[in-house]
Amino acid sequence: MSSYELRCRECGKTWGNQPRSICADCFSPLEVTYDYDSIRSLVSRELFASRAPNLWRYRELLPLPDGCQPTLPTGFTPLLRAPQLGPKIGSSNVYLKNDAVCLPTLSFKDRVVAVALANARHFGFDTVACSSTGNLANAVAAQAAREGFKAWIFIPSDLEPAKVLGTQVFGAQLVRINGNYDQVNRLCSQIADEHSWGFVNVNLRPYYAEGSKTVGFEIAEQLGWRLPDNIVVPMAGGSLITKIKKAFDELVQLGLVEPKLVKFFGAQATGCSPISTAVKQYSKEIEPQRPATIARSLAIGNPADGHYAVKAITSSGGWSEDVSDVEVVASIKLLAESEGIFTETAGGVTVGTARKLIRQDRILPEETTVLCITGNGLKTTDVLAGQYETETPIAPKLREFEALLENKLSGVPTFAGEKPALPVEV
Amino acid sequence: MSITVQIPTALRRLTAGTPHLTCAASNLPELFSVLDTQFPDLKPHLRDEAGQTRRFLNVYVNEEDIRFLGGNTYAFRDGDEVLLVPSIAGGSPARE
Repeated sequence: MSSYELRCRECGKTWGNQPRSICADCFSPLEVTYDYDSIRSLVSRELFASRAPNLWRYRELLPLPDGCQPTLPTGFTPLLRAPQLGPKIGSSNVYLKNDAVCLPTLSFKDRVVAVALANARHFGFDTVACSSTGNLANAVAAQAAREGFKAWIFIPSDLEPAKVLGTQVFGAQLVRINGNYDQVNRLCSQIADEHSWGFVNVNLRPYYAEGSKTVGFEIAEQLGWRLPDNIVVPMAGGSLITKIKKAFDELVQLGLVEPKLVKFFGAQATGCSPISTAVKQYSKEIEPQRPATIARSLAIGNPADGHYAVKAITSSGGWSEDVSDVEVVASIKLLAESEGIFTETAGGVTVGTARKLIRQDRILPEETTVLCITGNGLKTTDVLAGQYETETPIAPKLREFEALLENKLSGVPTFAGEKPALPVEV
Repeated sequence: MSITVQIPTALRRLTAGTPHLTCAASNLPELFSVLDTQFPDLKPHLRDEAGQTRRFLNVYVNEEDIRFLGGNTYAFRDGDEVLLVPSIAGGSPARE
Protein backbone atom coordinates (compact mmCIF):
# COMPACT_ATOMS: atom_id res chain seq x y z
CA MET A 1 0.00 0.00 0.00
CA SER A 2 1.51 3.29 -1.12
CA SER A 3 1.66 6.25 1.19
CA TYR A 4 0.79 8.54 -1.71
CA GLU A 5 -1.87 8.94 -4.36
CA LEU A 6 -3.24 11.36 -6.92
CA ARG A 7 -5.72 13.99 -5.82
CA CYS A 8 -7.54 16.67 -7.79
CA ARG A 9 -6.23 20.12 -6.93
CA GLU A 10 -9.69 21.64 -7.29
CA CYS A 11 -12.42 19.15 -6.32
CA GLY A 12 -10.26 16.97 -4.04
CA LYS A 13 -11.30 13.63 -5.53
CA THR A 14 -8.61 10.95 -5.24
CA TRP A 15 -7.54 8.74 -8.14
CA GLY A 16 -5.13 6.21 -6.68
CA ASN A 17 -1.96 5.87 -8.73
CA GLN A 18 -2.18 5.80 -12.51
CA PRO A 19 -0.73 7.64 -15.52
CA ARG A 20 -3.18 10.51 -15.53
CA SER A 21 -2.75 14.27 -15.16
CA ILE A 22 -6.28 15.61 -14.91
CA CYS A 23 -9.38 14.81 -12.90
CA ALA A 24 -11.89 12.88 -15.01
CA ASP A 25 -14.70 14.61 -13.11
CA CYS A 26 -13.74 18.27 -13.33
CA PHE A 27 -10.69 18.25 -15.70
CA SER A 28 -8.52 20.14 -13.20
CA PRO A 29 -4.89 19.11 -12.63
CA LEU A 30 -4.01 16.25 -10.30
CA GLU A 31 -1.16 16.25 -7.83
CA VAL A 32 0.43 13.68 -5.57
CA THR A 33 -0.61 13.81 -1.92
CA TYR A 34 0.93 11.84 0.91
CA ASP A 35 -0.12 10.27 4.15
CA TYR A 36 1.98 12.61 6.27
CA ASP A 37 0.88 11.02 9.53
CA SER A 38 2.48 7.73 8.54
CA ILE A 39 5.55 9.45 7.07
CA ARG A 40 6.19 11.57 10.17
CA SER A 41 7.32 8.61 12.25
CA LEU A 42 9.61 7.33 9.50
CA VAL A 43 11.71 10.39 8.73
CA SER A 44 14.19 12.59 10.54
CA ARG A 45 16.98 15.03 9.69
CA GLU A 46 19.48 12.37 10.75
CA LEU A 47 17.97 9.72 8.48
CA PHE A 48 18.10 11.98 5.42
CA ALA A 49 21.62 13.17 6.27
CA SER A 50 22.85 9.58 6.68
CA ARG A 51 22.01 8.68 3.08
CA ALA A 52 23.99 9.14 -0.13
CA PRO A 53 24.10 12.73 -1.43
CA ASN A 54 21.45 12.50 -4.13
CA LEU A 55 17.75 13.25 -4.36
CA TRP A 56 16.71 9.72 -3.37
CA ARG A 57 17.67 10.53 0.22
CA TYR A 58 14.21 12.14 0.46
CA ARG A 59 12.47 9.10 -0.99
CA GLU A 60 9.71 8.97 1.64
CA LEU A 61 8.56 12.34 0.27
CA LEU A 62 8.65 11.28 -3.36
CA PRO A 63 6.17 9.10 -5.27
CA LEU A 64 8.41 6.06 -5.57
CA PRO A 65 6.63 2.78 -6.30
CA ASP A 66 7.15 -0.02 -3.79
CA GLY A 67 10.28 -2.00 -4.53
CA CYS A 68 11.76 0.73 -6.75
CA GLN A 69 15.52 1.02 -6.18
CA PRO A 70 16.74 3.90 -8.34
CA THR A 71 20.45 3.92 -9.05
CA LEU A 72 20.99 7.25 -10.80
CA PRO A 73 22.73 9.62 -8.37
CA THR A 74 21.05 12.83 -9.49
CA GLY A 75 20.42 15.95 -7.44
CA PHE A 76 22.11 17.22 -4.28
CA THR A 77 23.79 20.02 -6.17
CA PRO A 78 25.85 22.65 -4.33
CA LEU A 79 24.30 25.53 -2.42
CA LEU A 80 26.95 28.24 -2.53
CA ARG A 81 27.29 31.57 -0.82
CA ALA A 82 27.76 34.35 -3.34
CA PRO A 83 30.07 36.84 -1.62
CA GLN A 84 31.13 38.56 -4.87
CA LEU A 85 27.76 38.62 -6.60
CA GLY A 86 25.82 39.70 -3.51
CA PRO A 87 27.23 43.24 -3.16
CA LYS A 88 26.98 43.77 -6.93
CA ILE A 89 23.23 43.16 -6.85
CA GLY A 90 22.74 44.89 -3.51
CA SER A 91 22.57 42.03 -1.01
CA SER A 92 24.94 40.76 1.65
CA ASN A 93 23.32 37.37 2.04
CA VAL A 94 22.85 35.64 -1.31
CA TYR A 95 23.07 31.90 -1.94
CA LEU A 96 23.08 30.11 -5.28
CA LYS A 97 21.43 26.71 -5.70
CA ASN A 98 23.53 25.48 -8.57
CA ASP A 99 21.63 23.00 -10.73
CA ALA A 100 23.87 23.98 -13.64
CA VAL A 101 25.87 20.99 -12.41
CA CYS A 102 22.96 18.60 -11.84
CA LEU A 103 23.70 15.17 -13.27
CA PRO A 104 23.43 13.70 -15.81
CA THR A 105 22.47 16.55 -18.19
CA LEU A 106 23.26 19.75 -16.28
CA SER A 107 19.81 21.10 -15.46
CA PHE A 108 17.17 20.70 -12.76
CA LYS A 109 15.11 18.67 -15.23
CA ASP A 110 17.25 15.66 -14.35
CA ARG A 111 15.38 15.59 -11.04
CA VAL A 112 11.87 15.47 -12.46
CA VAL A 113 12.77 12.92 -15.09
CA ALA A 114 14.32 10.58 -12.51
CA VAL A 115 11.03 10.47 -10.62
CA ALA A 116 8.93 10.28 -13.81
CA LEU A 117 10.85 7.31 -15.22
CA ALA A 118 10.60 5.36 -11.97
CA ASN A 119 6.84 5.65 -12.41
CA ALA A 120 6.90 5.00 -16.17
CA ARG A 121 8.54 1.65 -15.39
CA HIS A 122 6.00 0.89 -12.67
CA PHE A 123 3.08 1.63 -15.03
CA GLY A 124 4.52 -0.68 -17.68
CA PHE A 125 5.51 1.81 -20.39
CA ASP A 126 8.32 0.79 -22.72
CA THR A 127 8.43 4.21 -24.40
CA VAL A 128 8.74 7.61 -22.76
CA ALA A 129 8.19 10.98 -24.38
CA CYS A 130 8.02 14.70 -23.68
CA SER A 131 7.43 18.11 -25.14
CA SER A 132 10.38 20.28 -24.26
CA THR A 133 12.12 23.62 -24.55
CA GLY A 134 15.42 21.72 -24.45
CA ASN A 135 16.58 20.83 -20.96
CA LEU A 136 13.79 18.31 -20.45
CA ALA A 137 14.59 16.83 -23.85
CA ASN A 138 18.20 16.24 -22.77
CA ALA A 139 17.16 14.76 -19.44
CA VAL A 140 14.56 12.37 -20.86
CA ALA A 141 16.87 11.23 -23.67
CA ALA A 142 19.78 10.53 -21.31
CA GLN A 143 17.85 8.74 -18.60
CA ALA A 144 15.77 6.76 -21.12
CA ALA A 145 19.04 5.47 -22.60
CA ARG A 146 20.31 4.44 -19.18
CA GLU A 147 17.04 2.87 -18.07
CA GLY A 148 16.33 1.07 -21.37
CA PHE A 149 13.27 3.01 -22.55
CA LYS A 150 12.63 4.10 -26.11
CA ALA A 151 12.31 7.88 -26.20
CA TRP A 152 10.33 10.28 -28.39
CA ILE A 153 11.17 13.93 -27.90
CA PHE A 154 9.14 16.81 -29.32
CA ILE A 155 10.73 20.26 -29.54
CA PRO A 156 10.18 23.63 -31.22
CA SER A 157 12.35 23.76 -34.34
CA ASP A 158 14.31 26.85 -33.22
CA LEU A 159 16.01 25.38 -30.13
CA GLU A 160 19.66 26.03 -29.35
CA PRO A 161 21.96 23.66 -31.32
CA ALA A 162 23.57 22.32 -28.13
CA LYS A 163 20.19 21.24 -26.78
CA VAL A 164 19.31 19.51 -30.05
CA LEU A 165 22.64 17.69 -30.21
CA GLY A 166 22.43 16.94 -26.49
CA THR A 167 19.22 15.03 -27.19
CA GLN A 168 20.27 13.22 -30.36
CA VAL A 169 23.50 11.89 -28.86
CA PHE A 170 21.52 9.62 -26.53
CA GLY A 171 19.78 7.91 -29.44
CA ALA A 172 16.35 9.42 -28.85
CA GLN A 173 13.83 9.95 -31.64
CA LEU A 174 13.72 13.72 -32.05
CA VAL A 175 10.74 15.42 -33.66
CA ARG A 176 11.26 19.09 -34.53
CA ILE A 177 8.05 21.05 -34.92
CA ASN A 178 7.51 24.30 -36.77
CA GLY A 179 5.87 26.11 -33.92
CA ASN A 180 6.49 27.40 -30.43
CA TYR A 181 6.49 25.29 -27.26
CA ASP A 182 2.80 25.86 -26.62
CA GLN A 183 1.98 24.40 -30.03
CA VAL A 184 4.34 21.47 -29.42
CA ASN A 185 2.68 20.88 -26.07
CA ARG A 186 -0.83 20.96 -27.54
CA LEU A 187 0.24 18.45 -30.19
CA CYS A 188 1.68 16.19 -27.48
CA SER A 189 -1.70 16.17 -25.70
CA GLN A 190 -3.16 14.79 -28.90
CA ILE A 191 -0.33 12.32 -29.51
CA ALA A 192 -0.58 11.08 -25.93
CA ASP A 193 -4.20 10.12 -26.60
CA GLU A 194 -3.20 8.00 -29.57
CA HIS A 195 -0.07 6.23 -28.33
CA SER A 196 0.55 4.22 -25.18
CA TRP A 197 3.60 6.20 -24.15
CA GLY A 198 4.65 7.64 -20.84
CA PHE A 199 4.71 11.37 -21.58
CA VAL A 200 6.64 12.69 -18.61
CA ASN A 201 4.97 16.10 -18.70
CA VAL A 202 1.53 14.97 -19.84
CA ASN A 203 0.18 11.73 -18.38
CA LEU A 204 3.06 11.30 -15.90
CA ARG A 205 3.07 14.99 -14.98
CA PRO A 206 1.88 14.71 -11.36
CA TYR A 207 4.73 12.29 -10.56
CA TYR A 208 7.30 14.15 -12.64
CA ALA A 209 6.52 17.46 -10.95
CA GLU A 210 7.21 16.01 -7.50
CA GLY A 211 10.88 15.65 -8.45
CA SER A 212 11.16 19.46 -8.29
CA LYS A 213 10.49 19.37 -4.56
CA THR A 214 13.98 18.02 -4.02
CA VAL A 215 15.39 21.47 -4.86
CA GLY A 216 13.53 22.75 -1.80
CA PHE A 217 14.49 19.84 0.47
CA GLU A 218 18.15 20.29 -0.41
CA ILE A 219 18.13 24.05 0.15
CA ALA A 220 16.65 23.56 3.63
CA GLU A 221 19.10 20.82 4.53
CA GLN A 222 22.09 22.74 3.13
CA LEU A 223 21.11 25.83 5.12
CA GLY A 224 21.34 23.66 8.24
CA TRP A 225 17.67 22.61 8.30
CA ARG A 226 16.27 26.08 8.13
CA LEU A 227 14.35 27.96 5.47
CA PRO A 228 15.59 31.09 3.69
CA ASP A 229 13.78 34.44 3.90
CA ASN A 230 13.40 34.67 0.13
CA ILE A 231 13.78 32.46 -2.90
CA VAL A 232 13.98 33.59 -6.52
CA VAL A 233 12.86 30.97 -9.03
CA PRO A 234 12.76 31.11 -12.85
CA MET A 235 9.34 30.32 -14.30
CA ALA A 236 8.43 28.61 -17.55
CA GLY A 237 5.38 26.39 -16.98
CA GLY A 238 5.33 27.59 -13.37
CA SER A 239 5.67 24.16 -11.76
CA LEU A 240 9.08 24.51 -10.08
CA ILE A 241 8.15 27.46 -7.86
CA THR A 242 4.97 25.73 -6.65
CA LYS A 243 6.88 22.54 -5.88
CA ILE A 244 9.62 24.28 -3.90
CA LYS A 245 6.85 25.84 -1.85
CA LYS A 246 5.28 22.41 -1.38
CA ALA A 247 8.67 21.07 -0.25
CA PHE A 248 9.09 23.80 2.37
CA ASP A 249 5.50 23.30 3.56
CA GLU A 250 6.08 19.54 3.90
CA LEU A 251 9.26 20.05 5.94
CA VAL A 252 7.37 22.35 8.29
CA GLN A 253 4.45 19.95 8.52
CA LEU A 254 6.77 17.07 9.38
CA GLY A 255 8.57 19.12 12.02
CA LEU A 256 11.90 19.00 10.17
CA VAL A 257 12.31 22.79 10.03
CA GLU A 258 10.93 25.68 12.06
CA PRO A 259 7.86 27.27 10.50
CA LYS A 260 8.68 30.38 8.49
CA LEU A 261 6.88 32.42 5.86
CA VAL A 262 9.33 32.24 2.97
CA LYS A 263 8.69 34.84 0.28
CA PHE A 264 8.58 33.35 -3.22
CA PHE A 265 9.73 35.49 -6.12
CA GLY A 266 9.14 34.42 -9.71
CA ALA A 267 11.50 35.39 -12.53
CA GLN A 268 10.64 35.63 -16.22
CA ALA A 269 11.99 37.17 -19.40
CA THR A 270 9.96 40.20 -20.44
CA GLY A 271 9.54 38.64 -23.90
CA CYS A 272 7.61 35.78 -22.31
CA SER A 273 6.13 36.93 -19.03
CA PRO A 274 2.55 35.69 -18.66
CA ILE A 275 3.03 34.81 -14.99
CA SER A 276 4.89 37.93 -13.87
CA THR A 277 2.39 40.03 -15.79
CA ALA A 278 -0.50 38.41 -13.90
CA VAL A 279 1.23 39.00 -10.56
CA LYS A 280 1.99 42.63 -11.38
CA GLN A 281 -1.62 43.18 -12.44
CA TYR A 282 -2.94 41.51 -9.27
CA SER A 283 -4.75 38.98 -11.47
CA LYS A 284 -5.25 35.30 -10.70
CA GLU A 285 -5.72 34.43 -14.37
CA ILE A 286 -3.03 33.98 -16.98
CA GLU A 287 -3.29 35.74 -20.34
CA PRO A 288 -1.27 33.67 -22.81
CA GLN A 289 1.54 35.37 -24.73
CA ARG A 290 3.48 34.62 -27.89
CA PRO A 291 7.04 34.12 -26.65
CA ALA A 292 9.79 36.36 -28.04
CA THR A 293 12.92 35.98 -25.93
CA ILE A 294 16.40 34.49 -26.06
CA ALA A 295 15.53 32.64 -22.83
CA ARG A 296 14.10 29.77 -24.83
CA SER A 297 14.02 27.35 -21.91
CA LEU A 298 11.47 29.70 -20.30
CA ALA A 299 9.55 30.46 -23.50
CA ILE A 300 6.16 29.06 -22.53
CA GLY A 301 3.39 31.52 -23.34
CA ASN A 302 0.55 29.44 -21.88
CA PRO A 303 2.04 28.02 -18.67
CA ALA A 304 0.25 24.91 -17.40
CA ASP A 305 0.88 25.76 -13.75
CA GLY A 306 0.73 29.54 -14.17
CA HIS A 307 -2.36 29.93 -12.04
CA TYR A 308 -0.79 27.97 -9.18
CA ALA A 309 2.50 29.86 -9.53
CA VAL A 310 0.66 33.17 -9.11
CA LYS A 311 -1.05 31.76 -6.04
CA ALA A 312 2.23 30.51 -4.52
CA ILE A 313 3.86 33.91 -5.05
CA THR A 314 1.07 36.15 -3.82
CA SER A 315 0.11 33.99 -0.84
CA SER A 316 3.73 34.10 0.36
CA GLY A 317 3.98 37.87 0.22
CA GLY A 318 6.41 37.62 -2.68
CA TRP A 319 6.37 39.22 -6.09
CA SER A 320 7.33 38.58 -9.68
CA GLU A 321 9.43 40.54 -12.14
CA ASP A 322 10.82 40.14 -15.61
CA VAL A 323 13.94 41.32 -17.40
CA SER A 324 14.89 42.15 -20.99
CA ASP A 325 17.10 39.97 -23.16
CA VAL A 326 19.91 42.53 -22.81
CA GLU A 327 19.69 42.19 -19.04
CA VAL A 328 19.68 38.39 -19.37
CA VAL A 329 23.01 38.41 -21.20
CA ALA A 330 24.53 41.00 -18.85
CA SER A 331 23.39 38.90 -15.87
CA ILE A 332 24.90 35.69 -17.28
CA LYS A 333 28.22 37.55 -17.53
CA LEU A 334 27.83 39.12 -14.10
CA LEU A 335 27.30 35.72 -12.44
CA ALA A 336 30.17 34.15 -14.35
CA GLU A 337 32.61 36.96 -13.56
CA SER A 338 31.53 37.16 -9.92
CA GLU A 339 31.18 33.55 -8.86
CA GLY A 340 32.66 31.39 -11.61
CA ILE A 341 29.30 29.89 -12.51
CA PHE A 342 28.30 29.77 -16.16
CA THR A 343 24.53 29.57 -16.35
CA GLU A 344 22.18 29.42 -19.30
CA THR A 345 19.70 32.14 -20.18
CA ALA A 346 17.23 31.06 -17.48
CA GLY A 347 19.92 31.68 -14.87
CA GLY A 348 20.49 35.12 -16.37
CA VAL A 349 16.77 35.75 -15.96
CA THR A 350 16.97 34.74 -12.30
CA VAL A 351 20.01 36.86 -11.46
CA GLY A 352 18.68 39.88 -13.38
CA THR A 353 15.29 39.60 -11.72
CA ALA A 354 16.83 39.25 -8.25
CA ARG A 355 18.79 42.43 -8.82
CA LYS A 356 15.62 44.22 -9.88
CA LEU A 357 13.69 42.98 -6.84
CA ILE A 358 16.46 44.12 -4.50
CA ARG A 359 16.44 47.56 -6.13
CA GLN A 360 12.68 47.68 -5.61
CA ASP A 361 13.22 46.92 -1.89
CA ARG A 362 11.04 43.84 -2.25
CA ILE A 363 14.07 41.82 -1.16
CA LEU A 364 16.07 43.43 1.65
CA PRO A 365 19.89 43.34 1.62
CA GLU A 366 20.47 41.40 4.84
CA GLU A 367 17.78 38.76 4.29
CA THR A 368 18.82 35.22 3.34
CA THR A 369 18.00 34.98 -0.34
CA VAL A 370 18.45 31.89 -2.51
CA LEU A 371 18.65 32.20 -6.29
CA CYS A 372 17.79 29.04 -8.22
CA ILE A 373 20.25 28.52 -11.06
CA THR A 374 18.53 25.81 -13.07
CA GLY A 375 20.65 25.25 -16.16
CA ASN A 376 24.13 25.33 -17.68
CA GLY A 377 25.57 28.05 -19.88
CA LEU A 378 27.36 25.61 -22.17
CA LYS A 379 23.95 24.79 -23.65
CA THR A 380 23.14 28.36 -24.70
CA THR A 381 26.48 29.77 -25.83
CA ASP A 382 24.79 31.17 -28.95
CA VAL A 383 23.41 34.10 -26.92
CA LEU A 384 26.96 35.23 -26.17
CA ALA A 385 27.93 35.32 -29.85
CA GLY A 386 29.39 38.74 -30.58
CA GLN A 387 29.99 39.53 -26.91
CA TYR A 388 33.71 38.78 -27.17
CA GLU A 389 36.18 39.54 -29.96
CA THR A 390 38.62 36.89 -31.11
CA GLU A 391 42.06 37.94 -29.95
CA THR A 392 44.68 38.36 -32.66
CA PRO A 393 47.10 35.44 -32.21
CA ILE A 394 50.74 36.17 -31.44
CA ALA A 395 53.90 34.28 -32.37
CA PRO A 396 55.29 31.95 -29.64
CA LYS A 397 57.85 34.60 -28.68
CA LEU A 398 58.30 36.20 -25.28
CA ARG A 399 58.74 39.67 -26.76
CA GLU A 400 55.41 39.39 -28.57
CA PHE A 401 53.71 38.49 -25.31
CA GLU A 402 55.40 41.40 -23.53
CA ALA A 403 54.18 43.76 -26.25
CA LEU A 404 50.68 42.32 -25.96
CA LEU A 405 50.75 42.74 -22.19
CA GLU A 406 51.81 46.35 -22.52
CA ASN A 407 49.00 47.00 -24.98
CA LYS A 408 46.47 45.30 -22.69
CA LEU A 409 47.59 47.30 -19.68
CA SER A 410 47.39 50.53 -21.64
CA GLY A 411 43.99 49.67 -23.09
CA VAL A 412 45.00 49.28 -26.73
CA PRO A 413 42.71 46.80 -28.55
CA THR A 414 44.44 43.46 -29.12
CA PHE A 415 41.82 41.87 -31.29
CA ALA A 416 41.36 42.02 -35.00
CA GLY A 417 38.11 43.93 -35.51
CA GLU A 418 36.38 46.89 -33.97
CA LYS A 419 36.34 47.08 -30.20
CA PRO A 420 32.99 45.62 -29.03
CA ALA A 421 30.48 47.84 -27.29
CA LEU A 422 30.82 47.83 -23.55
CA PRO A 423 28.47 45.44 -21.79
CA VAL A 424 25.19 47.12 -21.07
CA GLU A 425 24.76 48.09 -17.44
CA VAL A 426 21.76 46.28 -15.95
CA MET B 1 -21.19 27.65 -43.17
CA SER B 2 -19.97 24.81 -41.01
CA ILE B 3 -17.18 24.16 -38.57
CA THR B 4 -15.84 20.91 -37.15
CA VAL B 5 -15.24 20.41 -33.44
CA GLN B 6 -12.82 17.72 -32.28
CA ILE B 7 -13.53 16.19 -28.87
CA PRO B 8 -10.44 14.76 -27.15
CA THR B 9 -10.54 11.38 -25.43
CA ALA B 10 -10.68 12.93 -21.96
CA LEU B 11 -14.03 14.59 -22.76
CA ARG B 12 -15.67 11.80 -24.77
CA ARG B 13 -17.08 10.19 -21.66
CA LEU B 14 -19.40 13.21 -21.60
CA THR B 15 -20.29 13.06 -25.29
CA ALA B 16 -21.35 9.40 -25.41
CA GLY B 17 -18.11 8.65 -27.22
CA THR B 18 -18.67 11.18 -29.99
CA PRO B 19 -15.19 12.14 -31.29
CA HIS B 20 -16.27 15.14 -33.36
CA LEU B 21 -19.25 17.05 -34.60
CA THR B 22 -20.08 19.52 -37.32
CA CYS B 23 -22.20 22.58 -36.64
CA ALA B 24 -22.91 26.10 -37.84
CA ALA B 25 -21.98 28.08 -34.71
CA SER B 26 -20.65 31.50 -35.64
CA ASN B 27 -18.55 32.12 -32.53
CA LEU B 28 -17.39 30.44 -29.32
CA PRO B 29 -20.40 31.34 -27.13
CA GLU B 30 -22.66 29.94 -29.83
CA LEU B 31 -20.55 26.81 -30.10
CA PHE B 32 -20.77 26.26 -26.35
CA SER B 33 -24.57 26.61 -26.59
CA VAL B 34 -24.64 23.96 -29.32
CA LEU B 35 -22.52 21.64 -27.18
CA ASP B 36 -24.69 22.35 -24.10
CA THR B 37 -27.75 21.20 -26.01
CA GLN B 38 -26.20 18.16 -27.62
CA PHE B 39 -24.13 17.01 -24.65
CA PRO B 40 -25.72 18.20 -21.39
CA ASP B 41 -23.08 16.31 -19.35
CA LEU B 42 -20.35 18.40 -20.94
CA LYS B 43 -22.03 21.72 -20.12
CA PRO B 44 -20.60 22.35 -16.63
CA HIS B 45 -17.06 21.74 -17.89
CA LEU B 46 -17.04 24.39 -20.61
CA ARG B 47 -17.73 27.63 -18.74
CA ASP B 48 -17.36 28.85 -15.18
CA GLU B 49 -20.02 30.57 -13.08
CA ALA B 50 -19.17 33.90 -14.73
CA GLY B 51 -19.69 32.44 -18.19
CA GLN B 52 -15.99 32.49 -19.07
CA THR B 53 -14.20 29.52 -20.64
CA ARG B 54 -13.00 27.33 -17.79
CA ARG B 55 -9.44 27.94 -16.57
CA PHE B 56 -8.16 24.51 -17.53
CA LEU B 57 -9.88 24.26 -20.91
CA ASN B 58 -7.99 25.45 -23.97
CA VAL B 59 -9.77 26.11 -27.26
CA TYR B 60 -7.83 26.07 -30.52
CA VAL B 61 -8.98 27.09 -33.98
CA ASN B 62 -6.88 25.57 -36.77
CA GLU B 63 -3.99 25.01 -34.32
CA GLU B 64 -4.16 28.56 -32.91
CA ASP B 65 -5.21 29.37 -29.34
CA ILE B 66 -8.54 31.17 -29.73
CA ARG B 67 -7.42 33.79 -27.21
CA PHE B 68 -4.93 35.07 -29.79
CA LEU B 69 -7.77 35.36 -32.32
CA GLY B 70 -10.07 37.44 -30.14
CA GLY B 71 -11.59 34.75 -27.91
CA ASN B 72 -15.37 35.04 -27.68
CA THR B 73 -15.43 37.70 -30.39
CA TYR B 74 -13.68 35.59 -33.03
CA ALA B 75 -16.09 34.87 -35.92
CA PHE B 76 -15.71 31.28 -37.11
CA ARG B 77 -15.08 30.84 -40.81
CA ASP B 78 -16.37 28.07 -43.01
CA GLY B 79 -14.22 24.97 -42.55
CA ASP B 80 -12.64 26.06 -39.26
CA GLU B 81 -11.46 23.13 -37.18
CA VAL B 82 -11.98 23.68 -33.46
CA LEU B 83 -10.16 21.63 -30.86
CA LEU B 84 -11.04 21.46 -27.16
CA VAL B 85 -8.07 20.46 -24.99
CA PRO B 86 -8.13 20.33 -21.22
CA SER B 87 -4.79 21.77 -20.11
CA ILE B 88 -2.05 19.08 -19.87
CA ALA B 89 -4.63 16.39 -20.63
CA GLY B 90 -3.96 13.33 -22.70
CA GLY B 91 -2.57 9.90 -22.40
CA SER B 92 -3.31 6.25 -22.89
CA PRO B 93 -2.51 3.48 -20.43
CA ALA B 94 0.47 1.25 -21.14
CA ARG B 95 -0.34 -1.68 -23.38
CA GLU B 96 -0.85 -4.96 -21.55
